[in-house]
Amino acid sequence: MSGSDPITVNVEEYLGLNKYEVDEDHAHITLADHPDPAGFGQLVQVCPAALYTLSATGEPTFDYAGCLECGTCRRRARPQARLGGGLRAGRRCSFRCGPRACPAPARRDVAGR
Amino acid sequence: MADFDAIVVGSGCAGPVAAYELAKAGRSVLVVERGNVCGAKNVSGGRLYTHSLRAVFPDFAQSAPLERRIVRERISMLASDAATTLDVSDELMRDQRYESYSVLRARFDPWLAGQAEQAGAEFINGIAVESLLKQDGRVSGVRAGEDEITADVVLLCDGVNSLLVPQAVDAGRPTPDQVAVGIKHVIGLPEKVISDRSLCADGEGMAWLFVGDATQGRIGGGFLYTNRDTISIGLVATVSDLVDADTPIYQLLDDFKRHPSVAPMIAGGTVLEHSGHLVAEGGYDAMPPLVGDGVLLAGESALMCVNAGYTVRGMDFAIAAGQQAGRSAAAALEAGDTSATGLAGYRSALEDSFVLKDLKLLRRVPRFMENTPRIFGTYPALARDAMRSLFLVDGTPMNPVRRSMLPLARRVGYLNLARDLSRGVKAL
Repeated sequence: MSGSDPITVNVEEYLGLNKYEVDEDHAHITLADHPDPAGFGQLVQVCPAALYTLSATGEPTFDYAGCLECGTCRRRARPQARLGGGLRAGRRCSFRCGPRACPAPARRDVAGR
Repeated sequence: MADFDAIVVGSGCAGPVAAYELAKAGRSVLVVERGNVCGAKNVSGGRLYTHSLRAVFPDFAQSAPLERRIVRERISMLASDAATTLDVSDELMRDQRYESYSVLRARFDPWLAGQAEQAGAEFINGIAVESLLKQDGRVSGVRAGEDEITADVVLLCDGVNSLLVPQAVDAGRPTPDQVAVGIKHVIGLPEKVISDRSLCADGEGMAWLFVGDATQGRIGGGFLYTNRDTISIGLVATVSDLVDADTPIYQLLDDFKRHPSVAPMIAGGTVLEHSGHLVAEGGYDAMPPLVGDGVLLAGESALMCVNAGYTVRGMDFAIAAGQQAGRSAAAALEAGDTSATGLAGYRSALEDSFVLKDLKLLRRVPRFMENTPRIFGTYPALARDAMRSLFLVDGTPMNPVRRSMLPLARRVGYLNLARDLSRGVKAL
């Protein structure tokens, strides 16, 4: 990745909207000790949660806690990252389509019905 | 004797419908879902064509938590500074046959699961199926946590990330050129504001697809669906192409949301959720076998997803396949043969339905998109420039239309234009 486009978005802030139950003891993805820079750069491009990033000094950094469980890195990760532990239940991300603003509607009116 | 007649893994669109059919046929059926509630792990762009849902639940509209009936279609070719848009509204979009609705899966999926539960299906939530049990080479149940649960037939409806499909049938998982990564924001806005901005009445809404600058020229596109009081907006980009991009997908989404043709639609809104999902885009040729000994695949676990460019469908395929999987499994149980041979009716039934017919018809589309990068960059700019020659007026004497258009065509090359057009027509 050339990183020519400045990053203006704070994904962490968005991830803060989601509901997570993080298993502190078991990372389901762990980064290889010395990931290949090109391969790591690919993960930076595709991860929608921005879990794979380069620090200001160019060091690869990774945090599994905000994982959206999309599985994209499973198609692209090896050998830069190790995916393990299966997809354990009930941990990690639950989508609710918004914490408060999306309660199941009690009544809906659809025009023409 | 097995614990259940059937086990369904996954409660998305296919799973509950399959379970409903099995329960209705008097079979004992267990649905195992990884999410603590059904829908918690599920993401889609958000538009459901309801023909296949109606075939299972004719009265769905009375109780299903749908968002808005889609009565306006837009497709835009996006350049960085312009959009050329096709805007279609049609009374037939209100015809029951063609109806489609925006949906939010965290609302819709629990309802669908509820239909299966009412029919007698049992549900376990919050447990992941880690592996399949096998006996003499045939699937005989599932291992979930500490438990081993057996069944005469197992239905894999566990989505595009299925860990079980390779255990069940002879198939690898899709390669990076056969999947796209989706990223989506759900943005809250007042119901009336959404109606007004999409030129729709309350209860009715718009589906808007984008090609070009949405992905900044990479293979993929953008989408926007109006929900009742939220807007779903996002991108889908082919993984094998995106890895070489200059901009990560989350920044692409942010740029897309700030595009001058998109931003007014979501202005003043609040992001309520940030989600991501893998999308099967390999088409018919990427699909695994649908049947094995003691096992059936339905929905995205079998990569049942179609992107024709102007429509993107998956949920109606999953529902139709789930219905057929449930019926075929029930028939096989009745006949006492749930081997691959006993279940073969499932595949032939899908071959007779739109599910495999449409997937087959559009099998060339993924390759066409991949081999025609001009769709994502050159053509949106060309459309902009053509429209400029029509609509921009500054008082200098006009050129005849043919004289302003021909150089544009020459810019791409007549041969390239003809070739792309012919390939596109063939692919569709």
